[in-house]
Amino acid sequence: MSLIDLANPTRFLALTARVLPWLAAATVILLTIGLYQAAQAPDDYQQGATVKIMFIHVPNAWLSMFVWGVMSIASLGTLVWRHPLADVSAKAAAPIGAAFTFLALLTGSLWGRPMWGTYWEWDARLTSVLILFLMYLGLMALWRAVDDPSRAARAAAVLTLVGAINLPIIKFSVDWWNTLHQPASVMRVGGSALDKSFLIPLLVMAVAFTLLFVTLHLAAMRNEILRRRVRSLQMMQASRMAYSSEAAAGSRQENASNEVGAA
Amino acid sequence: MTMSLGPYASFIVMSYAAAALVVAILIGWVMLDYRSQTQRLRELEQRGITRRSGRGATELR
Repeated sequence: MSLIDLANPTRFLALTARVLPWLAAATVILLTIGLYQAAQAPDDYQQGATVKIMFIHVPNAWLSMFVWGVMSIASLGTLVWRHPLADVSAKAAAPIGAAFTFLALLTGSLWGRPMWGTYWEWDARLTSVLILFLMYLGLMALWRAVDDPSRAARAAAVLTLVGAINLPIIKFSVDWWNTLHQPASVMRVGGSALDKSFLIPLLVMAVAFTLLFVTLHLAAMRNEILRRRVRSLQMMQASRMAYSSEAAAGSRQENASNEVGAA
Repeated sequence: MTMSLGPYASFIVMSYAAAALVVAILIGWVMLDYRSQTQRLRELEQRGITRRSGRGATELR
């Protein structure tokens, strides 16, 4: 099935109905395995048991950027290819991305307090992720502020693509500036600096959270398609009511002029 | 076997609890939204407002 086939919302709904239960089951299984492995992981020689926060914090931090990346591709789909489901995808992803970014900030803060001695520091990494979170909220507000979905889609797509500039800033902030946050230890030149006992549970949790995102995203897209159907049916109902009231007013006027003529 | 989380156990537990709560809220939001949209579509169809194709708005084929 190609992207063009999925341009048909009805076909997309049929696909999500088939795929969602399997995705949900895979997410639950992988999350269970990941959580078990995270619980069994040894303490770090420096951080002790607080290293367990990494298994929640890092997948959420990765997803906060990944979701914006998905929204950026969807925005190109809206502006360049005019794919009918592109803006549905972007709109549905925003609240999920915001939730992951919020969790990345919160768990980072809870990890930072025992390790750095502070919940928050205005350094480049933390500040750029906070900006990402605010941009998610701004996009959600924009979608709500404009009634017409196609007009909102174009404005949101431009804002999303402009906001994508923040992604490399977040990624390389730890290399470009002197920050409290540690540099990349998994995706870096020369391979991961993490021991397998941490790396494997981390990767399992990352895949589990990615599957969670895909599941929630497809479900939220299905809801958005249904919301648009509600909107179009409501508009159809309103135009029918307006037409019938106009027709009733017209026939009353015609009756009145006939009566005048008869008199 | 009990897991020892050391002196910072509260930070670790709060991190996992917050993640569980936010994920639960996301799942709840998606499920409630689906129920709400399908309910509204059924109400509209019961009032005789149907799609131009004549198919039910919640129909998948």
